[in-house]
Amino acid sequence: MDLKVNDYTTDDDLTVINVEGEIDVYTAPKLREKLIDLVNKGKYHLLVDMEKVEFLDSTGLGVLVGGLKRVRAHDGSLELVCTQERILKIFRITGLTKVFGIFDSVDDAREHRQKQK
Amino acid sequence: MAPETATVELAFSPLPAHVRTARLIATAVARRGGVEESLLDEVRLAVGEACSRAVEAHRKQCPEEPVRVELRDGGDRFVVVVTDRVPDDDPTRSGGPEPVDLTELNGELNLGFAVIAGLADDVNIASTPSGVEITMSWPVKKD
Repeated sequence: MDLKVNDYTTDDDLTVINVEGEIDVYTAPKLREKLIDLVNKGKYHLLVDMEKVEFLDSTGLGVLVGGLKRVRAHDGSLELVCTQERILKIFRITGLTKVFGIFDSVDDAREHRQKQK
Repeated sequence: MAPETATVELAFSPLPAHVRTARLIATAVARRGGVEESLLDEVRLAVGEACSRAVEAHRKQCPEEPVRVELRDGGDRFVVVVTDRVPDDDPTRSGGPEPVDLTELNGELNLGFAVIAGLADDVNIASTPSGVEITMSWPVKKD
């Protein structure tokens, strides 16, 4: 199954990346390229919406961690939207729930971001 | 009467695209073998991680050799054995040879083994002279 990756930027300068499909060793490069491309374009505040992700493995986790390192180098942020228990479980197993901000919705993430300002 | 046992063997060229195929087959055999529905996601993910690691190792050192997966059901447990043919590949070693694309994707976090250890009910990793063998198993529900 192909991985679909689309993005848009909100009026509060947050770039939302909608990901749909399976993120694994085959498809993860596509997400990695998108994250690198956005950072190269000066987009340093990223929110990855994973609500339509059907599968995520450690390669996908590695890509997200790589993206986080890249945006942090520019004082940016990379957070996630995810409510699927089977995806959240992988973040818990690897301890990455402590690394990423994980929200129930894009609106929740934006609200949190406004409070931080 | 002894339970009906079955073994499915899969050998595939070390291409990332084939890892998904291996995941799907493993999940189908696990379901047929009586693994609880609630555990099938764990089987799918753990098999995918083991196959991804083997594919990565083969691509670096022996891209012409296939990765082998053995799926056994019919006993008390559903058993999966993923075997690579990279003798010097120590899966617990950090760092390693010159990084390639897939290594870069996974970073230095070695998350794959963390995921396997967290998901499989029983895991054994054996480094043999001919390669690395990862054996994982899950309970089969009784009727």
